[in-house]
Amino acid sequence: MASIGTTALVIEATDGSLEVDNRRPRRKKFRTWRLIVMVLAAAYFLAPLYAGLKFALQNDSGHFSFWAFQTLPSSQGFSAAFFLSMRLAIFTAVVELLLMVPTAIFVHLRLPKLRPMMDFVTILPIVVPPIVLIVGVLGSAPLWLKSSPYLLSVFYVVLAMPFVYRSLDAGLTAIDLRTLVEASRSLGGSWIRTLVSVIMPNLRAALLSATALTLALVFGEYTMANLDGWTTMPVWIAQFQQSDAHVTLAAAMALLIGTWLLLSLIVAADRSQSRRRRRRAGTP
Amino acid sequence: MTDVRDSPPVGDSRAAAPAGATVSLENLVRSYGKVRALDGLTLSIDAGEFVAFLGPSGCGKTTALRVLAGFEQPDSGRVIVDGKDLSNVNAQKRDMGMVFQSYSLFPNMSVLDNVAFGLKMRRQSGSQRRTKAAELLELVGLGDQSVKYPHQLSGGQQQRVALARALAIEPRVLLLDEPLSALDAKVRAELRDQIRSLQQRLAITTVFVTHDQEEALSMADRVCVMSSGHIEQIASPATLYARPTTAFVAQFVGISSRVPVQMDGSEVVIFGQRCPVRTGDSAAVTGPIDALLRPEDVAIDVDPDGTGFITHKSFFGATTRLVVQVGEIPVRVDVRSDVGADLALGEHVRPRIIARDVLIAARGPLEIPSDE
Repeated sequence: MASIGTTALVIEATDGSLEVDNRRPRRKKFRTWRLIVMVLAAAYFLAPLYAGLKFALQNDSGHFSFWAFQTLPSSQGFSAAFFLSMRLAIFTAVVELLLMVPTAIFVHLRLPKLRPMMDFVTILPIVVPPIVLIVGVLGSAPLWLKSSPYLLSVFYVVLAMPFVYRSLDAGLTAIDLRTLVEASRSLGGSWIRTLVSVIMPNLRAALLSATALTLALVFGEYTMANLDGWTTMPVWIAQFQQSDAHVTLAAAMALLIGTWLLLSLIVAADRSQSRRRRRRAGTP
Repeated sequence: MTDVRDSPPVGDSRAAAPAGATVSLENLVRSYGKVRALDGLTLSIDAGEFVAFLGPSGCGKTTALRVLAGFEQPDSGRVIVDGKDLSNVNAQKRDMGMVFQSYSLFPNMSVLDNVAFGLKMRRQSGSQRRTKAAELLELVGLGDQSVKYPHQLSGGQQQRVALARALAIEPRVLLLDEPLSALDAKVRAELRDQIRSLQQRLAITTVFVTHDQEEALSMADRVCVMSSGHIEQIASPATLYARPTTAFVAQFVGISSRVPVQMDGSEVVIFGQRCPVRTGDSAAVTGPIDALLRPEDVAIDVDPDGTGFITHKSFFGATTRLVVQVGEIPVRVDVRSDVGADLALGEHVRPRIIARDVLIAARGPLEIPSDE
C-alpha cells in the first residue's frame, strides 16, 4: 500500500515495515529546472521579437498604432523587393530539390559508403563565408549572368544545401528505401514512377522541411544580395531603415509572421491529409 | 473465394502464358570484392515448381534470388526464363513478383492501392485494377482491410498484402525473400501454409529463400542447400533429410552428431556395432573419418554397465531429446517422451545404431550441443 506524503512516497512493505521512496522530490526538482530552462530559452528568443513588434506598433509619437503595417505595402520599393525575394525563393527551392533529391536518393541506394563524405561536403557552404563566394564569382562571371538576379539563386542553392541535404538524409534514413524501390521496380514501376509515386510521398515531411528552410534562408540572406546589387527584402529593410525605422520593423515582423504562417499552413495541410487518410481507413 | 486465374490476363503478351515458367540459372558468378557470393551456380526449375534456397547467412542464397529478380547483375552466367535469356533485362521488365523480408508495402498507399500498384504500372483501367485487387485481397483473406493503410495492419497481414500485391501482376515467377522471418511463430506457421496452398493452387513457379530448414522442408517441392556460393545438394525434402550427400547438408539440415569411426571395408564400427556406409560416400572420403548420426538413428538401452550416460534432456512434446555422453563424444538421441520421462540425468545407457546405413565425412571437431 502506498500513501503520498508531502516530501516523499511512503511505501508499506508486505511485512508491515515502511520504506521511504525519494524519487518523487527528485522528479519535482527536475520539473522545476526544466521549467526554468524553458522560460529562459523562451525569453531569449521572444524578448527581441516583443521589442521589435512593440516598436513596429508605435507611431512617431510613441502611441499604439497599426500605421507602420498599413503603410508597408505602399512603401517605395517594398513590392518589388518582396516579389524579387519570392521569385528567388521559389526558383532556389525548385532547383535545390531537383538537384538534391536525386543525389540523396542515389547516395542512399547506390553509394551508402559515401554518406559520411556527403555529410562533410554538404557542410562546406557553412564554413565558407558568403562574401568569399560572391566576390570571387562576381569578379569572373560573364556579364549576362551578372546582370540576372538568378545568379543569386545559384549561391542560395549552395548555401541551403547543408540544411536541405540533412532534411532529405533524415527522411531517407527513416524509410526502407531500398526495399520500397525494389518492390516498385519488381511490380513494373519505372524509375520516374518509383520516384514520384513511392519515394516522394514518403519523403513529404523531409521535402516540406527542406523547402521551408530554403524559403527562410532566401528571405533572410543579405550579404550576397547587397554585394550583387539586388534589392531583395533584407536589402530593402536595411536601406529603408534610414527613412523610417517603424516601417522597416513592421516589414521584418511581417516577414517573420508570414514565414511562420507559411510553415503552419504547410504543417496543417500535411496533418489534414493524414487525418483524411485515417478517416478513410476508419481509424481515429 | 475467387480464383485469380479466372480473371483476365494482365497484358496481351501474357494471354496464352502458362501459370508458371521454367527457370534456368546457368553458371552464375557474382563477386563482391574478394568474396564470391555466387560461385558457378547452376540450377533448373520446372514450371510450377516450388524450390527453396536454404543455407546459412552469406551462402549466396539471397544473391541468387536478387540476380534472378534482376536487382543484381551477375559477373558471368545467364538467367533463362521460359527459354528466354533475361540476363540483361532489368527488374522492371522481368515480370516476377517478389515478397521481401521487411514489410515492403508502400506506406503512402492504402492496402487496395498497394495491391493495384503493379496493375497500374501495366496501364489497366481503374475499375479493372480495383476489381482485381479486391479479388486478390479476398484470396489472402484480407478483403475487409482494403481501405486500411499498412501501418494499421499486423506484420502477418502486411506480408499477406505483399503476397497479394506480388500475385496481382500474375508473375511468371514468384520470388519470396525470407518473407516469414520477421513474424512470430504462430503467424509464421499460418502464413507458411497459406503461401504453400496458394502456390499449389495457382501452380506458379516459386523460389523461396530461407535460413529456416523447417520452412524449407515443409513448403518446397525441392530444397537447394547452398554453401559458399554453390549448391551442396538439391533434392526433395525427404531425400535431403534422409539421404544427405555431403557432411555440410547432413549437419545443416536436421541435427547430426559426429562420432569418430574407422572404415572396415564398406562398413564402419560404431559403439562396437558394424554398420554399412551409405552408398557412394566412402569413395570420396580419405583419412580420419566421422559417422554423422541423426538423433533418430540411435536408440538406447538402460544398462548400469553401459558406456554412455545422459547429460541433457530436452522436452519437445511427442519426443524428448537426450544427449548421451559416450567417452568424450556427445551423441543426440530422440526417444518417446513417455520413455524419456523415466530416464534420469546421469543414468547409464548403452547406445546402438538403428539406421540401416550411416553417412560418413572427413573428421571434424566434436561439437558441444547447444540446442539441448
